[in-house]
Amino acid sequence: MVFDRSERPRIPTAIKILIAGGFGAGKTTMVGAVSETRPLRTEEVLTDRGVGIDDLTAVEAKRTTTVAMDFGRITLSDEYVLYLFGTPGQERFWFVWDELAEGSLGAVILADTRRLADCFPSVDYFERRGTPFVVAVNCFEGSSTFELDEVRLALQLNPSIPIIMCDARKRDSSREVLIALVKHSARLRAEPVSS
Amino acid sequence: MNGPDEPGEDHWIDPEIIRPYVVTRGRTRPAHGRFDLISMALAVGPPPGPEAGLDPEHLRILRLCREPKSVAEIAAHLNLPAGTIRVLLGDLFDRELVSAQEPQSEVDMRDMKMYRAVLDGLRSL
Repeated sequence: MVFDRSERPRIPTAIKILIAGGFGAGKTTMVGAVSETRPLRTEEVLTDRGVGIDDLTAVEAKRTTTVAMDFGRITLSDEYVLYLFGTPGQERFWFVWDELAEGSLGAVILADTRRLADCFPSVDYFERRGTPFVVAVNCFEGSSTFELDEVRLALQLNPSIPIIMCDARKRDSSREVLIALVKHSARLRAEPVSS
Repeated sequence: MNGPDEPGEDHWIDPEIIRPYVVTRGRTRPAHGRFDLISMALAVGPPPGPEAGLDPEHLRILRLCREPKSVAEIAAHLNLPAGTIRVLLGDLFDRELVSAQEPQSEVDMRDMKMYRAVLDGLRSL
């Protein structure tokens, strides 16, 4: 029809959600369950430019470190694309978390009831940073079914933070977790909480 | 794994470490733009000819970006670190061969319209 400069195809805006939790909690499984392709992996090569400071220098001086992140894509509409990033597990990569958390819609913290303590660092991190998050208790086969209230107590979660059971292998279940996070994030950010 | 005192370790160079720097001719930062991990890139205009002096990696990015792709996706498909992709995208951006879209910023996270669009998209999965 009419050709003008605005004929340029529209590029969707990307939004990201982080999937955090301890090693083996099912982060990549969840990313794969809801994404439109199998999880992809991206690597950031980091030199020792003042990064991770003490931890890195303690290991070995002047080294290149590669941090790998698994991620997936969900095309939401012509306007928005959602990316899910599994956060790198090791705590010496906090600085990568900062980059990932910046501008994120929020985070899902996957909890494995057999190793509940593994998600303490994630809870602390997102609380401190003020990033909206929900806790999803991944119910592995054979894992004892904790009462959600017990998990809330153990993690010392604020009552306003949603906590949900899920099966990270299942698309529907993982999708419900994401929906809970988006609602929670909208609630927090539409009405700024007076702290 | 080599031990730290392995003789000759100084002379041993992992090609996987070197390749990203060869591809960018040693550059570690893009000429222009910041390119977040989820900045979206789309190839624009007619495919460049040999006179454009582009490297094979540039051309691979242009092919990949016929549909909008994020820096992270390009990095995953080309099996190169995200930092390398940022440099190459900067070259293409300079030549007006790609256009880019910055991600939703922290400030825009108050936009209810965005939340509704995300919820609608997730529900229709």
